[in-house]
Amino acid sequence: MTQVIVTVMPKQGVLDPQGQAVAGALGQLGFEGVGEVRIGKRIELAIAGDDPAGQARAMCEQLLANALIEDYSIEVPG
Amino acid sequence: MSTTVAVLRFPGTLDHDSAVRAVEGLGATAVEAWHADAELPAGTDAVLLPGGFSYGDHLRCGAIASRAPVMAAVKRHADAGGRVVGICNGFQVLCEAGLLPGALRRNATLSFVCRQMELEVADDDTPWTSGLETGAVISIPIKNNEGAWYGDPDAARVVLRYRDNLLGSTDAVAGVANAAGNVMGLMPHPEEACDALLGSTDGQLVLAGLIA
Repeated sequence: MTQVIVTVMPKQGVLDPQGQAVAGALGQLGFEGVGEVRIGKRIELAIAGDDPAGQARAMCEQLLANALIEDYSIEVPG
Repeated sequence: MSTTVAVLRFPGTLDHDSAVRAVEGLGATAVEAWHADAELPAGTDAVLLPGGFSYGDHLRCGAIASRAPVMAAVKRHADAGGRVVGICNGFQVLCEAGLLPGALRRNATLSFVCRQMELEVADDDTPWTSGLETGAVISIPIKNNEGAWYGDPDAARVVLRYRDNLLGSTDAVAGVANAAGNVMGLMPHPEEACDALLGSTDGQLVLAGLIA
């Protein structure tokens, strides 16, 4: 089994109200100099077979990400 | 013969019973279709995807339900010109399934919003608005957390718009149809606006589109 990490983020330009709320709360706590905050999700997969990254890409295309509003990246830690 | 409407049920569907009551109020017959079914019930004339939290809203609202076995049958029904309406979570499922354009995002309010909304008819040339005229205003409630439609309004057939766009939908979209008009999705709940006791019967005008 190979560990694969998929990160899914809201696309640039798509409003991320969750990130905006967190940015506001950080400002209230006195953290200055925080610019944009964006919140996505990390999906850890254990995948068998020869091409875990390719498999993960197919999974992203078919289910894990919605290409209209989300970008994804795939990492296979060494 | 009365119209037979298949009302889908996924794990986590909430509004099934209200939808059945609304369908029966139109004089149609409601039959249940289960998410794991490979086919729609025999004699299905139209399909209704009710609201709720299918599969616990995991991953994205509607994402997992859109890949359920019954959805392949819904796609075949839609491709053959059959009428399909998705309400709230059902709208999210239809977008995720690619039967309708766009996607539903978290509300700009960052909160669950439950209130009566005024909707303006943007296109009266669909089965869902045939009893209405473009520009007419109807009153139907919303209850959702991820109800902001995102997409290209020029590439979509916008059927209903919010007069007050507090959810932050692109172009104030409340409901869209496919190009042919036989498939429609909306975040407001017409099935909850079918009885004067609940403050509005305007939902019946929309759901009348189920009756060919």
